[in-house]
Amino acid sequence: MSKKRLKSEKVSASKPISRGADWTYDLINQYYAAIEDIANDFGLDTYPNQLEIISAEQMIDAYASAGMPIGYNHWSFGKHFISNEQSYRRGQMGLAYEIVINSDPCIAYLMEENSMMMQALVIAHACFGHNSFFKGNYLFKTWTDAEAIIDYLVFAKTYISDCEQKYGVDEVESILDSCHALMNCGVDRYKRPSPISMREEKQRQKDREQYLQSQVNELWNTLPEKSQSKDGKTRFPREPQENILYFIEKNAPLMKSWQREIVRIVRKIGQYFYPQRQTQVMNEGWACFWHYTILNELYDRGHVTEGFMIEFLQSHTNVVAQPDFDSPYFNGINPYALGFNMMIDIRRICEKPTEEDKKWFPELAGTPWNESLTFAMRNFKDESFIAQYLSPKVIRDFKLFALNDDAGLNELNITAIHNDVGYQEIRDNLSMQYNISMKEPNIEVYDVDIGGDRSLTLRHITASNINLDETTSEVMKHLHKLWGFPVKLISEDANGEQYLLNQCPLEEATDTNG
Amino acid sequence: MQIIDRRLNQKNKSTVNRQRFIRRYRSQIKKSIADQIINRGITDVDKNESISIPSKDIREPSFRHGQGGKRNRVFPGNKAFSVGDKIPRPKQGEEQAGKRASDSGEGDDEFMFELSGDEYMNILFEDLELPNLQKNQLKKLINYKNIRSGFNTDGTPSNIDIVRSLKGSLARRIAIKSPLKKQLQKLEQALQQLPSEERVQSKRLDDEISVLKRRIKRIPYIDSFDLRYKHFTKLPQPTTNAVMFCLMDVSGSMDQETKEIAKRFYILLYMFLKRSYKDVDVVYIRHHTHAKEVDEHEFFYSQETGGTIVSSALILMEEILADRYHPEDWNVYAAQASDGDNWDTDSLKCRNLMGTSILPRIRYFAYVEITEREPQTLWYEYQSLLENFDNIAIKKITQQSDIYPIFRAFFEKQGINSKFNSRLKSGGF
Repeated sequence: MSKKRLKSEKVSASKPISRGADWTYDLINQYYAAIEDIANDFGLDTYPNQLEIISAEQMIDAYASAGMPIGYNHWSFGKHFISNEQSYRRGQMGLAYEIVINSDPCIAYLMEENSMMMQALVIAHACFGHNSFFKGNYLFKTWTDAEAIIDYLVFAKTYISDCEQKYGVDEVESILDSCHALMNCGVDRYKRPSPISMREEKQRQKDREQYLQSQVNELWNTLPEKSQSKDGKTRFPREPQENILYFIEKNAPLMKSWQREIVRIVRKIGQYFYPQRQTQVMNEGWACFWHYTILNELYDRGHVTEGFMIEFLQSHTNVVAQPDFDSPYFNGINPYALGFNMMIDIRRICEKPTEEDKKWFPELAGTPWNESLTFAMRNFKDESFIAQYLSPKVIRDFKLFALNDDAGLNELNITAIHNDVGYQEIRDNLSMQYNISMKEPNIEVYDVDIGGDRSLTLRHITASNINLDETTSEVMKHLHKLWGFPVKLISEDANGEQYLLNQCPLEEATDTNG
Repeated sequence: MQIIDRRLNQKNKSTVNRQRFIRRYRSQIKKSIADQIINRGITDVDKNESISIPSKDIREPSFRHGQGGKRNRVFPGNKAFSVGDKIPRPKQGEEQAGKRASDSGEGDDEFMFELSGDEYMNILFEDLELPNLQKNQLKKLINYKNIRSGFNTDGTPSNIDIVRSLKGSLARRIAIKSPLKKQLQKLEQALQQLPSEERVQSKRLDDEISVLKRRIKRIPYIDSFDLRYKHFTKLPQPTTNAVMFCLMDVSGSMDQETKEIAKRFYILLYMFLKRSYKDVDVVYIRHHTHAKEVDEHEFFYSQETGGTIVSSALILMEEILADRYHPEDWNVYAAQASDGDNWDTDSLKCRNLMGTSILPRIRYFAYVEITEREPQTLWYEYQSLLENFDNIAIKKITQQSDIYPIFRAFFEKQGINSKFNSRLKSGGF
């Protein structure tokens, strides 16, 4: 990866903060202060920080709940915990050095086993890198409310454990199972969600119960106005709805109000993670860029020793390494590697543009790098970031190539490599790879048979002949459990032809019309 | 910025979730345990146990893309490819590292994890209970044990808690001294402020000061009021002693494999008793024509053969009971393993011994006959005991895999499986 100078002549007169590998609270404070100074000089805008020292076991705990500091209880978290614990114990997995939580104040976990260098690295990476990303990126601004999340998680945990007391663990677990199966279908992709807040949540929850029930009752009034539903062509919902969980929460006929509230909780938490799924490359790239820049600056200002830098560069290089596709370590494109190199490259293009850069990035070449980089951080997600900023140089460095994988053929077809003709195609293809609607199937609520058997129909729009995997029928069972009446899944191919893919319960298997 | 040290709190935040997981997949875990128990060695009794259950049972479904279709994908590390090259499709799972299901612990088919010794036993012995335990609890011997329970103002000198007492002393001295000291300070100040000529005459002030000083001096360093004594109370402690008699036939007709089967049965029984009683003594008695008390290794591995007189073992057991394990102090269990070979006349003797002196004194007697043949006289003699005693059970084992189910059958909770028990009582198989 990119190499960095260890300019010994530039070491200033000031004394290094520490020399040993052990950390103390006092040292953490000193390093934090030095790093904060540098971050301020670079103009990073962050939430206040809260550092929490935890042990390795607690780190595994934190893993299991996807980094949520407070989570409701569910067996699936236990499963993740067990499998993480197993692979950690057998040495198959190193622990992440840090976990950072998108909240205000921003919580970062430091593991007690870390050396002083690692703690400094984590502070730079998490407390200033990720933190400023959470605060600045438009997706996080739109979708999450850092101030309210912790309160909301507390509310969720309490609510769910109250439900367990009242209705039994099994009952609650079964609802949660069903909601989890649909968790990824609980987001409005194009609408700004209402922010979540604990206070309002509690106040409104009571009213909501009654209000929701009345809404549902209205929809399911047993005496429908004939003129409308006999019409045949008017569907409910009028437009297909992509947010399946929301639709269920508002419209499932037989659900009790506490069950609706649980659907809502799962949906809200899914929504909280939605931006993270879409900005992994950028988020990690941004954080890596800043820990790299900050720690080098720390060295330039004489706060750390050369030994510190060697240790740092070693961890850093491991983190941003990209194994080749044919390496046994290959596990897809490493978001840290891609993100970091793209960020570094943007700075390079701003500072020292080549002729090629001027052609590809006329708007970037020669501009102040910090401003341009911050602009990129604020206004993009992985998909658009790559489409906008992946430069020929990075493509060459990674030796990226695109191939076409058609299940109908026996061979893979190489369609582009890192040359003049290929850059654009590779960039487009890679950008598509990060498009969440390409990664996840496009499934919508299509129709509800209000006047008839109340069956719910989902529509899957297939692209490129990619089908759903074999767990689909189980998801349909969960959907059926939530909806309470028959559910169907139809598939629509590129020509607009529809056929029945799955239904639950399984009986009448002939009806192919949505 | 603030730093919070979380190391001390909530170490096992995931415990509940882990338990939920085990609870949910109990039946699969149980099955896995039942499959594994026969492979468990005697030395592994308290170790953690690896369990594997099928991954597909525990996967979390969601709408996601399956295999196939047309995809354009980008990879790093091109070495020799040019546009238009065709490369053969790599084998499934090899190149497609990204396909590896994120929810599986390892491998694709099995989810492996470890249960702690306790969890393992809990599941292993779920629904099992010690026979006649309730009845026996009434008879359990009560001992008293001294336990610490806070502090007292009274007690014997040997129980004085020095730290507490001195703390009290310090507090008392501070409390009494400080008002006097303040007063003294005031007077001294007043004395200072007086013009030097008057100072000599101010006898009144001087007197007051010396009185105060004496009062301060008289405050004792330690007072009986300060003393704190460690307090003890007596807690009734039911005896938790149990002894398990292992009786085994080692005559020529018992081959090593049969002994192995017996051994596993004893392991189970031992682990089971260990759960209910704090201390479990084990007495190994092996016999052919003579019975002998031996240690564990000799019991299972020593090569010694001869004829068979089962009653010799019962007589020895009776002696040991009378000698060391008085039934009023000990919960006595016994398990006998044999291939059923015995002299006909001796079998009758066994029945009498059991009926008159052994069964009335012990909690439970389990007899396993490890053979593929028809039951012989000893079986029928023991069977006849079932009518009068409810603390004996007899069972037949023919192969390794029978051990665990039969062990369960012995100790199945009475309420849960009374049908089975009644069958057991009638000795049917």
